Amino acid sequence: MAKILTAPAMSRCIGCYSCMLACARLNYGSYSPRHAALQIRTQGGLQGRLVADICRACREPACAEACPTGALSPRRGGGVTLRAEECIGCQACVRACPLGVIYWPKNGRTPIVCRHCGLCVRYCPHGCLAMEEVPDAE
Amino acid sequence: MLNESYIRVLDVDLGTGRVRALRRPDLQRYLGGVGLATALLTEYVRPDLDPLAPEQPIVIAIGPLSTIYPAVTKAIAMFRSPLNGELGESHAGGRLALAMRYAGYDALVLHGRAPRPVYLYVDSDQVLLKRADTLWGMDAEEAGRVLRDLEPGRGHRSIMRIGPAGERLVRYALVNCETYRHFGRLGLGAVFGSKLLKGIYISGDCDIPIPNVKEYNRVYTEIYRRIVSTDAMQKYHDLGTPANVLALHELGALPTRNLQSGRFEGAAEISGEAFAEHDLMRKVACSGCPIGCIHIALLRQQFGDEHEYSWTGISYDHELLYSLGSLLGIASRHGILRLLDRVAQKGLDAIATGVTLAWATEAADRGLIDTRELGTDLSFGDVEGYLKAIDAIVEGRSELARHLALGVTAAARHYGGEDFALALGGNPVAGYHTGYANVLGQLVGARHSHVDNGGYSIDQKPRELTDEEIVDGVIAEEQERNALNSLAICMFARKIYDRPTALAALKAIGIPWTEQDWVDLGRRIYREKVALKESFGFSYRDLRVPARFFETPSMRGRLDPQRFAQLLELFNERLNAIRVA
Repeated sequence: MAKILTAPAMSRCIGCYSCMLACARLNYGSYSPRHAALQIRTQGGLQGRLVADICRACREPACAEACPTGALSPRRGGGVTLRAEECIGCQACVRACPLGVIYWPKNGRTPIVCRHCGLCVRYCPHGCLAMEEVPDAE
Repeated sequence: MLNESYIRVLDVDLGTGRVRALRRPDLQRYLGGVGLATALLTEYVRPDLDPLAPEQPIVIAIGPLSTIYPAVTKAIAMFRSPLNGELGESHAGGRLALAMRYAGYDALVLHGRAPRPVYLYVDSDQVLLKRADTLWGMDAEEAGRVLRDLEPGRGHRSIMRIGPAGERLVRYALVNCETYRHFGRLGLGAVFGSKLLKGIYISGDCDIPIPNVKEYNRVYTEIYRRIVSTDAMQKYHDLGTPANVLALHELGALPTRNLQSGRFEGAAEISGEAFAEHDLMRKVACSGCPIGCIHIALLRQQFGDEHEYSWTGISYDHELLYSLGSLLGIASRHGILRLLDRVAQKGLDAIATGVTLAWATEAADRGLIDTRELGTDLSFGDVEGYLKAIDAIVEGRSELARHLALGVTAAARHYGGEDFALALGGNPVAGYHTGYANVLGQLVGARHSHVDNGGYSIDQKPRELTDEEIVDGVIAEEQERNALNSLAICMFARKIYDRPTALAALKAIGIPWTEQDWVDLGRRIYREKVALKESFGFSYRDLRVPARFFETPSMRGRLDPQRFAQLLELFNERLNAIRVA
C-alpha cells in the first residue's frame, strides 16, 4: 500500500515551521521554508488558526493532466511524480492545481510538488501531520 | 549574508525616501544580531541630538543562524532610548527574523522623519514607503489586521506596528510584532512615532541554497532532538515563565504593591498553574522554534444580558503577571487579562506601565500627586482605576498624565517619591527581588534589563556568594550573552546553545569560528556598549538605587546599602580593567 501525507491534527499546530524547513532542507537543498512542498500559514494572523496547504494526493491529478510533456505523472496512492528532466517550465501544473499548492520557485526551472515522502512528519513536534496508508490506485 | 562574505544592510531614509542596499564585509566580524546592531548604532547614532530627533537611527538586525536552526528566532532592535536617554536595545521573536532572512537583509537601518504617516514595505524585490494616513490612530490590533489584508505573503511575512501610545510619543511605547511578540523595552514605539512610521511589513521568499546539506542536517537534527526530546526546555513549554510567579512568591522575591512586599497573598490565584488550568487556550511558536512557549489565554467578557460574550486571545508571561498583577496588588486573572489587553491595544510596554502605575498609586497615597487629574482614583487591586489611568496617560489628558507618559523616573523626579520609583538606570525593573546580583545586574547592564546578565539567576545559587563572585558573574554572563545575542538565539534556548554547539552550528554553514573568536566578540561588544552609553552621558560612577530595594527584604534577606556600594566599587575596578584590556 502507498502512503500519502495528511494533516489530521492541525488544531495542535504551534506554527514552528520545522516541517517546512525539513522539506526544504532535505528535498530541495534550500534554507528557505518557502521552498517546501507544504506550507503552514495563519488564517487571520496569530489570533486565528494555523492551517496546512498540502497536496491532497488526487487520484486523478489535474496537474498531471495539464502537463504537456508528461513530466508529472499520477503516483501510486495519489498525487504525482515529477521527472524533472522532462519539465519544460511552462507552469501549467501551477495553474491547474485546484488547491493552489504547487509552488513555482522564484527563478526556478521546475515546480515544487509533494513527493509524499514523510520527512516533514518526522520533524513535526506535535503530531499535526501524519502519513496515511491508502489503497493503490486502480 | 548566508553563503556570502559580507553583511547586507538596508538603509532607508524615511525623510527623502532614498533606499540603499549595502554590502559590508567589514561587519562580518560582528557575526550579526547584537554585535552587528551595536556597530551600526555606533555608526549612525547622534549622541549630540535628542533621542526623538529625526536623524536618530532605528537598527534591526538578525544573525547568521536565524531561522535555519531551531529556536534562533530573535531580531534585535537598537536605538537611542527616549525613556532613559541612553542605550536602547530590545529583542523580539515572532516571524521578523524569518522575514528579514528571506527578504535578503541582515540588518535594517531607518533614519529621518517621514513627511506624513507611512509604513515601510520590504520584500526580496522592492522597498517602498506607503501612505499610512488612514492607519494613523488605529490601535495595534486593527492596524495589524488592515495590513494583513492589504499585503501579500501569508506565512512568510512580519508585520510590525505601533499603537496610539507610540504615535503620541509615550516614552515606553512598544512595537508590536505579529500580535503576540514585541519590541517591548525602552521605547522603540515612540521612536517609530517620532518618525511618523506606523509600521513595517517585511516578506521574504528568496531561495538560499545549502552548500553542505549532510553536515548542516546532522547539526540541525541534533539540536532539534535535544530541544524536543530532552527536558532542557520543559519549563518553557509546560507552564512557561509564569511558573515563576508562585515560586518567587514562596521565596519572598515577587515584587508586590510597588515592592512594599516580596510576597503576594494572591499569588496562587494569578500563578502559571492557575492560568494553565483555567485560562490557557493554546500555545504558539515563533517561526523556526519547536518549543511553542507563547501561552495564550482566553479573555471572555460579557457585554450584554442574554449571555452575550466577546472573546480575545491574550498572551501572558511572568513579567506581565508581575507588572500588571502582583505589583498592582491584582489577584484576579480576569482583571490582569483586561489590563494586558488594554496595554496591547494601546501599544505600551507592560512592565513600564505596571511600574509607573504602581508608583503613582503609592505617590497618590502619600499626597504627592492628585490622581483626579487622571479622572480616577488609584488603589492597589482596583482594575477599573488602572484601565482609566492607562487611557488618560496615552491620551495625555492632563499635566500629570503627560508626566507619567515620560516614565516613572521622570515623573518621580518632578513630583518626588524617587525612593520608591522602581527603575534602575531609568528602566522599570523586571519581576524579581532576589538579591544583590539582580539589583546590580540591572543597574550596570547595558540596557538595564534583567536579561542583560541574569543577575536574578545568579542570586538563586544555593550558597552565599562573595562580592567577587557576584560582580564577576554579572560581567561574565553579560559578555557571553553578547556573543549569543549576536547569533540572535532565543535566551530560553541558551542552555542548548552552549559554546561547542554554537560553534558547531556556525561551522556547518561555513563560518569556522574558534572559541577565542567567540570570547573576543563578547568582550568587544561589551566595551563598545559601554562606550556608547558613556557617549550618551551615562556614568557608572553616578548610579542611584531607590531606597525601596534596600527596605523590602529580598529572597536573600534585607540588602545592605553599604555592601551594595562595595559591589559597585568593585564593578568599577573591573570595568576599568576591561577598558584598558
